Amino acid sequence: MSETIVQENNKHRNLGITDEQVIKMYRTMVLARKFDERALLLQRSGKVNFHVSGIGHEAAQIGAAFALEKQKDYFLPYYRDYGMVLSIGMTVRDLMLSIFAKEEDITSGGRQMPGHFSAKQYHIVTGSSPVTTQVPHAVGFALAAKMKKQDFVSIVTFGDGSSNQGDFHEGLNFAAVQKLPVIFMVENNQYAISTPLHKQVACERLVDRGLGYGMHSVQVDGNDPLAVYKVVKEARERGIKGEGPTFIEAKMYRLSPHSTSDNDLAYRTKEEVEENWKKDSIPHFKTYLEECGLWTEEQELRMQEEIKQEVNEATKYAEQAPFPKPEEALTHVFKEQ
Amino acid sequence: MAKISYIDAISAAMKEEMERDENVFVLGEDVGVKGGVFGTTRGLHEQFGEMRSMDTPLAESAIAGVAIGAAMYGMRPIAEMQYGDFMLPATNQIINEAARIRYRSNNDWECPLVIRAPIGGGIFGGLYHSQCPESIFVGTPGLKIVVPSTPYDAKGLLKAAIRDEDPVLFFEHKKCYRMIVDEVPEEDYIVEIGKSDVKREGEDVTVITYGLTVHFALQAAAELEQEGISTHVLDLRTLQPLDREGILKAAEKTGKVLIIHEDNKTGGVGAEVSAIIAEELVFDLDAPIKRFCGYDVPAMPISPPLEKFYMLNKDKVKQAIKEMALF
Repeated sequence: MSETIVQENNKHRNLGITDEQVIKMYRTMVLARKFDERALLLQRSGKVNFHVSGIGHEAAQIGAAFALEKQKDYFLPYYRDYGMVLSIGMTVRDLMLSIFAKEEDITSGGRQMPGHFSAKQYHIVTGSSPVTTQVPHAVGFALAAKMKKQDFVSIVTFGDGSSNQGDFHEGLNFAAVQKLPVIFMVENNQYAISTPLHKQVACERLVDRGLGYGMHSVQVDGNDPLAVYKVVKEARERGIKGEGPTFIEAKMYRLSPHSTSDNDLAYRTKEEVEENWKKDSIPHFKTYLEECGLWTEEQELRMQEEIKQEVNEATKYAEQAPFPKPEEALTHVFKEQ
Repeated sequence: MAKISYIDAISAAMKEEMERDENVFVLGEDVGVKGGVFGTTRGLHEQFGEMRSMDTPLAESAIAGVAIGAAMYGMRPIAEMQYGDFMLPATNQIINEAARIRYRSNNDWECPLVIRAPIGGGIFGGLYHSQCPESIFVGTPGLKIVVPSTPYDAKGLLKAAIRDEDPVLFFEHKKCYRMIVDEVPEEDYIVEIGKSDVKREGEDVTVITYGLTVHFALQAAAELEQEGISTHVLDLRTLQPLDREGILKAAEKTGKVLIIHEDNKTGGVGAEVSAIIAEELVFDLDAPIKRFCGYDVPAMPISPPLEKFYMLNKDKVKQAIKEMALF
């Protein structure tokens, strides 16, 4: 084995990631994928109403989440971020309770659509459906960090289409002017539902939008969890040191249709999708672990079995869990005395 | 008790709350070094520094949105919109975000935020420095909406708004800023949100109003007293949640209800007040409920005769009360 390969195979260690952690990253990627696939089946079989998918985004989400501090940093995810929320405390059971809209759903008590993550205990901040509104909120958390002299950062994620919204531009500008500890990460999956990137933006690289606001901006391969980990870790350090926000463009491809209401082959070809499946991060990351000598087929089979059970149990639990009482719809408009 | 102006009462409320709680801070366009375009935040920059009296980029949605994020963290932001007319770029943040945060998170997150904005005309502000935007927000559950008419109410309501655990829109009639002066106690007090106030007791006609037009009603009532007409004036003070009980009590008092506001008539708060009375008291009334409001034109024009025609005033209000009394 040549020296370069040894170094390449120690990529995670060079980043300060332990062998145990890197395996956990891989497991979380697979868990997010398996949840996503099951949710799609549940919708197709009529058990749940809706699912919006994050397949193809797992590497970037997990790379970013593992680079941050759980229950310290603040997370403002968007609706594809299953990998992110599973990395920082939410469980598959939590996600299932949300898609079944059950009383025990920690994100909203069965009020919000799936994918509208929220859990104060994990510092996951509630969001809405008009996209990008969470960007200024993340800036507000970072402003609080600066005002209260706290050493946390906020991270906000969103899609490529979102980079056209006013709140994106207003939020980036505010954070840059005040040099706030916030990380903006666009998960550029090439499509805003059906509209391809070239019909969304005229600039060649989304990352240039961050440069335009005078902030440190980097482009990263969103299929490489370790590459994303590295840039997010650096962005966090920059934020904590008072050097201001970072804009990260993570490039990937949305392998699944936008949601269960979408037929993606109406606007893109099967060949294009198949070509991108070849870049799917999960088998590539598995190969990396194998090459590091950290992963065997036996471990893989065991993990797959465990995840299958975890997803089965979560599905069963959520399916059987009670719905909220109808009159719960009237509570929590204002703080109740 | 010292006599202070409406604008000074608002400034004092912010200053005292910022002294009381270090999480309270002000952000908005020109609110720092300059002290606000009307001077409402004057002195805060010197006393509390640039972080707590923050000049923001000119971007209203970010002002609201950043304040929402800070509020969810646990800060107590007071976001200033330079004019009510300029609030509209922030309406999505206010209506879809601030108002729904507690509800959509099933009480997990909260958004204790105050958004202040000067409203109303009579200052040659034309279409976009004269609007009364309150009816855009009334009808959004999850928002509290306050419009004080006096320095006493302004100070007490603003303190209550800052201490409230939910988002509060605080509308200030800019014509009241220097024109309205009254006695305000020096000690700490609040005026409870959601409670109307009888500003004048009367027997013949009930006027239900808020903001600047409270003063037109009081001036008209004083003159009508000489003519033998006794006017009961109810100041709503809070537009959401409306003080149902206070409204019904005031309507019952005289059996003749005149609702007055500067915001245009159609879809205004008066429609809701009228519906509340109609639902409960329609058979106890001695006259049909009447609304005397701004015209249904897009906004107030700037040319002096046009503005004068649009604006309500003491004489117009007096005439409307008189007609109601004679019904």
